[in-house]
Amino acid sequence: MEQLLNDFSPGLFIMQSILMLAVIFLMVKFAWKPIVSSLEEREEGIKKALESAEEAKAEMENISSANEQLLKEAREEREKLMKEARETKAKMIADAEEAAQEESAKIIAKAKVSIELEKKEALEQIKKEAAKLSVALAEKILQEELSSASKSAEHVDKLLKEVTLKS
Amino acid sequence: MTIPNLVGAGLIVIGAGIGLGQIGGRAMEGIARQPEATGKIQTAMIIIAALLEGLAFGALFLGK
Amino acid sequence: MPIFAEILTKGPLLKGAQMKSRNQFLKSLFFSLALAFSSASLWANDPVTSKEPSHEDSADQSVSTEEQISEYIAHHIKDAHDFHLFSYNDASGHRKHIGFPLPVIVYTSQGFRFFMSSEFHHDDSGHQVVERDGVSLVKYHEKIYELNAGEHAVSFDEAHHPTNAHEVLDLSITKSVFGFLLVSLLMLIAFRSLANQYKKRAVPTGFGRVLEPLVLYVRDEIARPNIGEKHYKRFTGFLLTVFFFIWTSNLLGLTPLGFNITGQLAVTFSLALFTYLITQFSGNKEYWKHIFWMPGVPAPMKVILAPIELLGTLTKPFSLMIRLFANISAGHIVVMSLISIAIIMKSSMGAVGATALSFALSFFLTLIELLVAFLQAYIFTMLSALFIGMAVQEHDHH
Repeated sequence: MEQLLNDFSPGLFIMQSILMLAVIFLMVKFAWKPIVSSLEEREEGIKKALESAEEAKAEMENISSANEQLLKEAREEREKLMKEARETKAKMIADAEEAAQEESAKIIAKAKVSIELEKKEALEQIKKEAAKLSVALAEKILQEELSSASKSAEHVDKLLKEVTLKS
Repeated sequence: MTIPNLVGAGLIVIGAGIGLGQIGGRAMEGIARQPEATGKIQTAMIIIAALLEGLAFGALFLGK
Repeated sequence: MPIFAEILTKGPLLKGAQMKSRNQFLKSLFFSLALAFSSASLWANDPVTSKEPSHEDSADQSVSTEEQISEYIAHHIKDAHDFHLFSYNDASGHRKHIGFPLPVIVYTSQGFRFFMSSEFHHDDSGHQVVERDGVSLVKYHEKIYELNAGEHAVSFDEAHHPTNAHEVLDLSITKSVFGFLLVSLLMLIAFRSLANQYKKRAVPTGFGRVLEPLVLYVRDEIARPNIGEKHYKRFTGFLLTVFFFIWTSNLLGLTPLGFNITGQLAVTFSLALFTYLITQFSGNKEYWKHIFWMPGVPAPMKVILAPIELLGTLTKPFSLMIRLFANISAGHIVVMSLISIAIIMKSSMGAVGATALSFALSFFLTLIELLVAFLQAYIFTMLSALFIGMAVQEHDHH
């Protein structure tokens, strides 16, 4: 302890304290303040950059999800359109078929009617012809066999019945 | 240095050695038990060791 | 504490690749510094192996006996008034000293006196009397004494204390003060350049890249956790200055220049006083309450605890002072003692064996001293931060 106190130099202590104060002051003013403030600035900058990157990422996610939404909607729209088109097509085809059928049915009906008419006419004609023919025939027969008129008449009826046209 | 001084210094060193051994050993145990707390344990260990060291040096120099 | 924890435990405690690379970088830095300095220290102390003036005016000024060596070491540990690198005998047998004188500033009974230390002509035994405007001054064991009026030579009693002279207040630029100025200059240049770098770019280059993590380390690992997020900014400047001052001084002490700045009790006392004053003046109400009227204990206990706590505030900076001083002084003494093995063991081991042993031992001790240089700076700063933190933090009641 004695040697320790003997070695202690008050002058050095005073010098050291004064110089240390000066050095702390100088270092704080010229070194630590600018260094620490720029370090803090940098840290702040990094923090901000990270935050904005995070934000940008979130935004990107938003945008892409919106895009997705749009795409989905567009796809749905297309589906709808396609469906409608298909339906229209089917309807058109069906309509056309129906119309054609109707038309053809009409034509057929007409044709049938005219055929019927013609048939009737032809039958009338044939009937008339047949009547004429039979009359002529009857005349002839009458000329030949006037004697037995009644018998002949019976005969004619019988003949006439036999010649009824099968329609 | 007189003989009592030397004996005293030896006693101080023995005491400080035991103390440092305890601190170091317990710190190692702590680290082994919880390796994730290594940093904290080491800080505490060094602080305690420094305090003990200060005590031992103080005693050594008072006796010198 | 990743930096030295790694070195301390020699084990991996790496938390990430970045930390790993940082540690490796610091490790290699330490290693290269260790190599540089250990060889340098040997060179520095080579004069010990050859010839050095002893303080007594003997004809043979060599340092070869154990007594001379321990005296030489004791002299080195002390502060000096001139900057002395080494001495040798020239061809004609004259003693040559390599170094330069430093200014002496003393406050005597007649006021301030200024002169260069060369006026003492390398005398440390009190024989060379310097006359300055009616004041006679002598230097004895690196202390300057003023001779009482009418005396022309100093006389000593049996315990080698001067009897007819008294000490003066010695404000000289001694070797330590010179070293302090050198360290301050280095720090100012280095950190000023780092500060200027930030004006141009966000990330420093070159030497700034070494300094920046150290600054960050002191701020984030020492100041912030120990003082607390709220108050640490006020004290960062002081802690950074103290940390880098102690570390640089310790490292400078390992160079051939032979400084022993942090091994001066006056220097460490001054540093500890700074911590003490800052702690006391920044102490809040809670802090003082815990000293004088400890809450949560019975009243008679409070009365007993108050003086103990008050004493505790003094022992904390006291142990700071003693620890730094003792560690650095002890380091210097042990390194020099190991180097002196080359002389002492020369007769029993031969020149080569003694030198090899001395080299090997002092090499490894210098490596440890490099670690100690950092560790002491770290511990001083860390404990300062801890004490300040105790004074400023808001206690949660327990």
